[in-house]
Amino acid sequence: MVTATTPLEAELLRIAGSVPDPELPVLTLEELGVVRAVHLRGTDAVEVELTPTYTGCPAIEAMSLDIERALRERGLREVTVRTVLTPAWSTDDITDEGRRKLQAFGIAPPRAGRASGPVPVALGPTRTRIARAGETEQAAATSSVHCPHCGSADTELLSRFSSTVCKALRRCLSCREPFDHFKEL
Amino acid sequence: MTAPTASTAPVAALALGDDALVLSHRLGEWAGHAPVLEEEVALANIALDLLGQARLLLSMAGDEDELAYLREERAFRNVQLVEQPNGDFAHTIARQLYFSTYQRLLYGQLAAGDTEFAGLAAKAVKEVAYHQDHAEQWTLRLGDGTADSHERMQRACTALWRFTGEMFQPVEGLDGVDWEGLRAVWRKSVEGVLGRATLTVPEGPQSGAWTAGAGRQGLHTEPFGRMLAEMQHLHRSHPGASW
Repeated sequence: MVTATTPLEAELLRIAGSVPDPELPVLTLEELGVVRAVHLRGTDAVEVELTPTYTGCPAIEAMSLDIERALRERGLREVTVRTVLTPAWSTDDITDEGRRKLQAFGIAPPRAGRASGPVPVALGPTRTRIARAGETEQAAATSSVHCPHCGSADTELLSRFSSTVCKALRRCLSCREPFDHFKEL
Repeated sequence: MTAPTASTAPVAALALGDDALVLSHRLGEWAGHAPVLEEEVALANIALDLLGQARLLLSMAGDEDELAYLREERAFRNVQLVEQPNGDFAHTIARQLYFSTYQRLLYGQLAAGDTEFAGLAAKAVKEVAYHQDHAEQWTLRLGDGTADSHERMQRACTALWRFTGEMFQPVEGLDGVDWEGLRAVWRKSVEGVLGRATLTVPEGPQSGAWTAGAGRQGLHTEPFGRMLAEMQHLHRSHPGASW
């Protein structure tokens, strides 16, 4: 999904990708998976393809400005940041390193492998736990949202929407701490 | 891929864009008034998702700010359901249930099609799934809650029912959509949730005599004019102003 064709484009892609996310500064844009491509247009002009996490994400403008500044500092005269929607961003585009950093920052990372097709809507329990009767430990571990503080899988949903649109608010039933969960999308 | 003709694309972009814009504004009116802080945040987040959709859709039809802030009431193409006042919290949830179920099904069809809306729909359908989930959970809680919450939720579902038929009127430019199929799946989904919430499916008709719905033709209900006046006031009073 991320493409760079020449060594210079690869370098510029690295620079654009190393810009921190304006709302979650522990993550770089590369780790968030939102920088799609860098195309050189002549010798000192460049076009960057950026994809929004959510359609209404207000951070996209700050991201564009930060990318522009970083590439100008590298000597590019003209930097165009283009927003692309297709293919739609998914939380599966967050790198493993990005997930580790989210966890260390106190945000439960999104569970993997749920991004194909629309998000299933389940009128099911809002609580996840270690293992239900007849369920393997492995199945429970992948379906549970673990507390980023103590690691417990026994957590419950408080609200589907939290401080930003990409997060849900949960509470750990073991250590009682509330925490944000980066929702699967 | 068939290129949409210039004459039809703006009609559909306006219809979908105005739905998102108007509902976004209505939900934003809850800021400072929601029953609990988590709900305040949730409704604002849903409003933000819708505003993001509206900006992209209106940009397909023209200048987003001009379209949002300088059009008269009759030029808006949103369905009448989304312009209905927030009412009590139950009315807002009933409106969310009816609309998010529709929007998710419609975007699902558009995402699978080949119109210019496919990319946006594929992205937005994932967000709308959370809106629908939010509305369904609250419908269950209120419907199967106390006697008072049950009664209010039932009243809200019944009051807004006559606005639901309009959502399934074919929109020019969205030719690949199976509107009757959409209506059938919508009805099954909503009836399922209402049943689990111990609520009764409203008996009145969704469309035809004694129902409302000509928003797609530019005819709106009385509260919409007041909403627009508030929404457009700042932009009209200070043309060209910026932060």
